[in-house]
Amino acid sequence: MAVTELGWTGVPLAMFAGAIRVSTPFLFVSLGECLTEKSGRVNLGLEGTLVFGAMSAYAIAYLTGSPWLGVLVAGIAGSCFGAIHGFISKLPKVNDVALGIALMMFGTGSAFFLGKSFIQPQAPHLPSIDFGFWTSIPQLKVALQINPLFFVGLAIAIAMSWMFRTTRIGLIVRMTGDSSATALAMGYSVDRVRLLATTVGGFLAGVGGSFLSLYYPGAWNEGLSSGQGLMAVALVIFARWSPMMCFWAALLFGAAGAIGPALQSIGISQGYHFFNAAPYILTLVIMIVSISPKRSLRGAPGELSITR
Amino acid sequence: MTDKTMPAVGLETVGMTKIFGSLVALEDASIRVAPGTMHALLGENGAGKSTLVKCIMGFYQPTRGKIIVDGVEEIVRNPRDAMKLKLGMVYQHFTLVPSLTAAENLVISRPDCPSIVNWTAELANLEAFLDRMPFKVPLRTPVSSLSAGEKQKLEILKQLYLDRRFLILDEPTSVLTPGEADEILGLLRDMTRAGELTILMITHKFREVNAYCDEVSVLRRGKYVGSGKVSDLTTDEMAHMMIGDTKLRERSARVEQGADRTVLELSALFASDDEGLPAIASVDLKVKAGEIVGIAGVSGNGQSELVEVLSGQRDLDDGRIFINGQPFEPTRQHMDKFKVFGLPEEPLKNATAPRLSVAENMAMRSFDKPPISQNGWWLSPRPMKAKARELIAQYRVKTPGPDTPIQNLSGGNVQRAVLARELSGDVEVLIVANPCFGLDFASVADIRAQIIEQRNSGAAVLLVSEDLDEILELSDRVAVMSEGHITYVSPIGETDRNTIGHAMAGGH
Repeated sequence: MAVTELGWTGVPLAMFAGAIRVSTPFLFVSLGECLTEKSGRVNLGLEGTLVFGAMSAYAIAYLTGSPWLGVLVAGIAGSCFGAIHGFISKLPKVNDVALGIALMMFGTGSAFFLGKSFIQPQAPHLPSIDFGFWTSIPQLKVALQINPLFFVGLAIAIAMSWMFRTTRIGLIVRMTGDSSATALAMGYSVDRVRLLATTVGGFLAGVGGSFLSLYYPGAWNEGLSSGQGLMAVALVIFARWSPMMCFWAALLFGAAGAIGPALQSIGISQGYHFFNAAPYILTLVIMIVSISPKRSLRGAPGELSITR
Repeated sequence: MTDKTMPAVGLETVGMTKIFGSLVALEDASIRVAPGTMHALLGENGAGKSTLVKCIMGFYQPTRGKIIVDGVEEIVRNPRDAMKLKLGMVYQHFTLVPSLTAAENLVISRPDCPSIVNWTAELANLEAFLDRMPFKVPLRTPVSSLSAGEKQKLEILKQLYLDRRFLILDEPTSVLTPGEADEILGLLRDMTRAGELTILMITHKFREVNAYCDEVSVLRRGKYVGSGKVSDLTTDEMAHMMIGDTKLRERSARVEQGADRTVLELSALFASDDEGLPAIASVDLKVKAGEIVGIAGVSGNGQSELVEVLSGQRDLDDGRIFINGQPFEPTRQHMDKFKVFGLPEEPLKNATAPRLSVAENMAMRSFDKPPISQNGWWLSPRPMKAKARELIAQYRVKTPGPDTPIQNLSGGNVQRAVLARELSGDVEVLIVANPCFGLDFASVADIRAQIIEQRNSGAAVLLVSEDLDEILELSDRVAVMSEGHITYVSPIGETDRNTIGHAMAGGH
């Protein structure tokens, strides 16, 4: 059988391929959350945004036949969710965490409701770039089929690091997240900065959702996300609010998620469900390791309601 | 005064008055700050100093009065207008963004900050700017890891970088060591002498006024009292203008204690701060019965962490605490058993539940004991309120009633309420941190008298304070804390301000 030809060497290869495939939605959601949290807000609703993005992308791709249009629409839908969060959060006495949970349910709920009729039909998938043209080993060929969105995510991570360091907008976002009093004193509208950051963050999460339904796993159903939007929030903490670290952390989570399928591909199905739970266990472990009663989180934006 | 041979800006206020509803915060304040001078603005808390400077800076609109800048009458509608007139202010709390580097803080503060920052060019510009300035700060370090003195310098540098030529400094030296304060004020005075800058400095410290300022204006209870050249006034005259006919407090009367019994003993204490870095290290200290040991130090040298350790808010990494020779853990049971009480800093945050009533807050040491608690679990509100009424009367807590949430009380009254709770019983050990921070003269006198009274009746008192005058007034022995260590201990009679200041700055 072709699959077992590589034997154990197939596991790291499958994990590498899996890491790239599985990490892309993590990457987009965590970059969106990173931007939002850098501005001083927490948007826990990104799980809902992710699911709604997945549904809307699938629906649009199916109806128009263009998967890229689906990606765009998912992003726009995501920014609407972000804008709702940003707008309601600035009303007095609104807690951004509670609002995020409400929006998470709203997003998943409305996606399930509107997406009922799209569970059966097949929508066109996003194309991938073939980097494996030089090899004849089938596993390697498959592993090197990489979706362009992965590179877009990497480019956004690099661009965001650069933005936080060297642009006025980046400095303003960091200032708003770290000391809103200073930002106000300099005449910037804290609420507006946060509204925009949350909106753009929502856009990214929506795009992350489109990857789920249009590439991998590549179909729309209600169990599609299984909490990846929430894990991405943990990932941002793990990445210490640095976009490039988000990229590496997303790869790590992706690799963890790929352990189960990779082992199965070489015929080890014992403990399959346990290995499938690897990302969740990783999330727990990261939370335990990074939280201590004796110290606050280093690098956390000063205005975040969860770290204050 | 329109001759502009010097860049420094002069400023005058005429009949400044600000009324909030029925409260007259500032009445008819006319001060004149000549260009190129260092001018002190003296006054007690609530005397209207901050109202006056906020009117100047455009945060408030004065009810009446004029602002004259360099001889021209100007209307300052908002802080932006003030910036255009080259007026700047350094606040008491830092307004730097902690996670940004010094360079990033400076560049982003510029109104014409470019949308894409060319760091090579900007850093070269900043280096060149720093070369012209008397202060130096590391440009590439995040502000959060700068020392308080460096932050204060950076705040001032920021104003100069923005080309402000009239600076208002709000108690600029409150977080600095005497050495750092002297350095910064000395350099600023040189700049004013050179005509580069005019400074209006809000301060309580007569020493700084005498040493650095040219002129002084005094406010008292919202009214302008007078002004004059510092060289023409004595400290007593200035103090008299500031507090009116109330006398400056003498060192409080104290009963000599014959007993030589160590009550509180700290033995090799180690603890970490919120970042997990060592905050206090091998702290050894003994406090005897009937003794006040004052711990002096610049804020952020481990004093808050020490108090948190003693009050059970922070875990010890290593070391032990003994009371009367027995090991003490800061738990409720032990505090009750060993009669340990405390007045932490910021009492509303550290010693009360802000939304609970005054009566409930006052019962926090006794609610689980009779008469308030019956059969060990039933809480009866009547004795609780009765006790609260008694304490409110005895400690003169101004509150609408025992049922008012304690957060509705003023700072001084919250402190009194906590004091009433902590001192109404038998006190063996008392741990006090910055007890008079932000309180008015009358409350300060009251609270200090209470502390002395506890000492006189035999309690071992550990007093942590950033106010050196308070330490000198109250303590029997002084210890200095620097970078988490106790670096200096001396009986009060054998030391002086300079020696303590030197130890605070890290010299041994």
